[in-house]
Amino acid sequence: MDNYWIAVIVGSLAVYFWKILGYALPKKFAENQVVVVFASKLTIALLAALTAVQTFASGQSLQLDSRIVGVVVAAFLYWRKAPFIVAVCAAALVAALLRNLLGWP
Amino acid sequence: MSIGVGLAVGLYGTSFGALSTAAGLSVWQTQVLSLLMFSGGSQFAVIGVLGASGPAGVIPAIVSAWLLGIRNGFYALRLNSVLSVTGVIKLIAAQLTIDESNAVSASQDTDKDSRRGFWITGIAVFIFWNLFTLVGALLGSVISDPSVWGLDAAAAAAFLGLVWPRLKHLQSNLTALIAVVFTLILVPLLPSGIPVIVAAPIAVGLIYLLKRTGFGKYLQGDSNG
Repeated sequence: MDNYWIAVIVGSLAVYFWKILGYALPKKFAENQVVVVFASKLTIALLAALTAVQTFASGQSLQLDSRIVGVVVAAFLYWRKAPFIVAVCAAALVAALLRNLLGWP
Repeated sequence: MSIGVGLAVGLYGTSFGALSTAAGLSVWQTQVLSLLMFSGGSQFAVIGVLGASGPAGVIPAIVSAWLLGIRNGFYALRLNSVLSVTGVIKLIAAQLTIDESNAVSASQDTDKDSRRGFWITGIAVFIFWNLFTLVGALLGSVISDPSVWGLDAAAAAAFLGLVWPRLKHLQSNLTALIAVVFTLILVPLLPSGIPVIVAAPIAVGLIYLLKRTGFGKYLQGDSNG
C-alpha cells in the first residue's frame, strides 16, 4: 500500500505544477482559443472516460452489474438538478439494495 | 455566496473521503490528497484508478490526475492578472486556484469583488473540503466491503456528477461519447488504468479533426465547455 503514497505525493506535485505554471506564464496563453478549447475538451473526455471505467470495468474485463442501475438513477437525478451528494448516495443505495435484497452481481 | 459554495463542497468532500478509504487508501493518504492536491476531479481520478487497478495503477493514477489538473492552469492564467500577487502569497493563491474559486471570481463585476470572491471562496472551500474529507474518510474506513454498500456505484455516479455540468453543447457531448466508446474498447486490451489516459486524448484529437474537416459547421462552438 506504500506505493499509494507515491501516487498521493507525486500526483499532488503534478497538479500543483499546472496551478503555479499559470501564474508564471504571460497572459497571452489564455487568449489562444485552440489551447483553451483543448483544455476544456480534455477535462470532459477524461471525466467521461473515468465514468465509463467506474461503471463498466472490472479489472481488464467489462461487466454489467448493479453499478449500471445506480448510475442510471444518478443520471436521472442530475437531469432533475438534484445535488451531487443526493445522486451519489442514491446510486449507492440502489446498488446496495439490488445486491443485498435481489442477489444481483 | 462563497460560504454557500464552501458548504456544498463540504458535502462533496464527505463522499470523496468515504470513497477514498473504500478504494484502499488510508485516512492519512486521503487527507493529504485533500490538503496537497486540492482539486476534486484530480483527487477522484487518483482514488478511482487506484481503487480499480491496485498498486499497478500508481502511474496511470498520477497521469490521470495531472491531465485533469490542466484546467487549473488556465484559471491561474486569468487570475494572475486579476489578483496581482507576488512571493509566498502567489504560492498560496496557486494552491487555491480551483473550479469554485475561479468561477466565483470570474462572475464578479469589479476587480475588487473578483479578488475578494477568489480569496473567500478558495479559503472556505479549502477548510470545508478538508474537514469533510476527514469525516468521510473516517466513515469509509469502517466499511470492509465497499461493493456491499454500493460504494462502487457511488464512485461511478461521482464521476458522472463531475462531467454532467460540462455537457452543455453538442461538441462537448460528442467528445464525452467518443471518450466513453474508446475507453470501453480499450479496457480489455490495455492494462487497468491506461485506457482512460489513452482514450481521452484520442477523443479530443478526433473532435479537433472533425472540426477541421468540414463537420465544424454542425458542431456549435463552445470555448468553456
